[in-house]
Amino acid sequence: MNMLATRIKTFLSIYYAYMLEYRAELLLWVLANSLPLIMMGVWSQAAEGGQFSLTSLDVARYFIAVFIVRQFTIVWVIWDFEREVVEGKLSPRLLQPIDPVWHHVAGHVSERLARLPFSAGLVILFFILYPQAFWLPSPMGLIWGCIATVLAFTLRFIIQYTFALFAFWVERATAIEQLWFLFYLFLSGMIAPLDLFPDTVRAIIVWTPFPYLIYFPVSLFVGLPTPIAKSFLVMLLWCGLGLVINRWLWRRGIKQYSGMGA
Amino acid sequence: MTFIICDHLDKDYPVAVKEPGFKGTLSHFFQRQHRLVKAVQSVSFQIEPGEVVGFLGPNGAGKTTTLKMLTGLIHPSDGQVRVAGHIPFRRSAKFLEKITLVMGQKHQLLWDLPALDSLKINAAVYKISHKEFKYRVQELSDMLALEGKLTQPVRKLSLGERMKAELLAALLHRPQVLFLDEPTLGLDVNAQVSVREFLREYNQRYDATILLTSHYMADITALCDRVLLIHQGQLIYDGALNQLMARFAPYREVKLELMQVPEPAAMATYGEVEEIAGREARILVRREDLTHSIAQLLANFQVTDLTVTDPPIEEIIGRVFQSGTVA
Repeated sequence: MNMLATRIKTFLSIYYAYMLEYRAELLLWVLANSLPLIMMGVWSQAAEGGQFSLTSLDVARYFIAVFIVRQFTIVWVIWDFEREVVEGKLSPRLLQPIDPVWHHVAGHVSERLARLPFSAGLVILFFILYPQAFWLPSPMGLIWGCIATVLAFTLRFIIQYTFALFAFWVERATAIEQLWFLFYLFLSGMIAPLDLFPDTVRAIIVWTPFPYLIYFPVSLFVGLPTPIAKSFLVMLLWCGLGLVINRWLWRRGIKQYSGMGA
Repeated sequence: MTFIICDHLDKDYPVAVKEPGFKGTLSHFFQRQHRLVKAVQSVSFQIEPGEVVGFLGPNGAGKTTTLKMLTGLIHPSDGQVRVAGHIPFRRSAKFLEKITLVMGQKHQLLWDLPALDSLKINAAVYKISHKEFKYRVQELSDMLALEGKLTQPVRKLSLGERMKAELLAALLHRPQVLFLDEPTLGLDVNAQVSVREFLREYNQRYDATILLTSHYMADITALCDRVLLIHQGQLIYDGALNQLMARFAPYREVKLELMQVPEPAAMATYGEVEEIAGREARILVRREDLTHSIAQLLANFQVTDLTVTDPPIEEIIGRVFQSGTVA
């Protein structure tokens, strides 16, 4: 247990140092994910027109919460993993008595900590400019929202890492992620709150992983009505299914690996 | 106890084949053609603990593929392989703790951080205590003369320093078996010598087993008594380096400096003329004819200087690979 704690601490501290090497890029990466803030502008205008249930203040809070959740759930493992497989850089990692995925997990978790000051700065600036939008989530909403955000990151990571494993068979596994991202964009609640979708569409997508990647944690933070227990259960089921497929693909893929270029 | 056993090891790769030009591109898009490449064919050898063995072959001969099978990176298509009592491709933690693979053209150190940070990650991976970590880093950096370099970002190190740091990272867990693929690639002569000396010292200090590929014959002659020659995926020689020399180099090289520029035809009667440059000539003479030929040369030419040496090992190995057999 002691050794495990040392391992985790070492991985996180070294990868944190690694991420801080890219401090200028971190600010750009934070800004590059400001699509929710743009969508906020669009939907606030629409809300003022009185076309739907959310007020323009609700819309502003929803999208700033989307921005925050996105900051904690961004995943890029497929781009790194694809390069490792195609260029044979996976080889040194495979020769260590630890699953290579932990390097990626440590990188992602550390990056979250490294980008935190930048994201926080942007959120504070937003509330200074638009103080009416400031709100405090209920204590339970905050706790469940944080848990849902951690799970959303876990689910997104598992899904993308599972796509990444196709790099063992195809040269550009990232193409799968790019197609998936289209659905993610619309069905996760990033472009529009799912409350604005027709009921039949919503009834279907609640059984997909998409709403749990953004909409569910955001709803908990801003206090939109959402079935908490059922949502967590669906999330956990998708995580479990993803893990099973992931490990199956890993075992098959590793036999396919040829350590190209190495 | 035999440490490394390869028994009729095979590896076949499917390789996509594409005709050049637009037509070829179109047909490749709609119907991919594959060709099976036999990278390694029925390779068998055994290595005892503590041995240092050179693994030689031209580019594409199957050296790296064999090393990948021995380290468990790839699955053999057929045959048996055992390293330190383990089946490599199962990649058990116990097996991985006993081996290392160093590839001259690949790096494992985090590029933008000091090497020491990557070493700390390795220490965590291999469960090395802090005290032991400090001791091993000190010991290895002394052996590799890396004092003060481990706190610099890896990208700021010279190629030689980086390669030494890679070696340090690869050996931090004190592996018993070292697979080294071109460990001195691109290094200058001084760096090559220090890497060789380090490997020799490591082998002696820890009785480590080493299988080494290199295109620098100086690496092989300095470290290996035994060599394996692989050609087009097949093992064509397994034995002592000096026996290979004796068997495949029944010649000695005679270098002459003469008073006058010699006629090539006149020289050819004493042996195989390698080069005539001005008043200097190099000829290969069969060992059994050596005394007689030298006496004749001294009698028939005005010789100002004469040396007799073995031909360079690169030439001998080159001849073996050209003929594709040692028989």
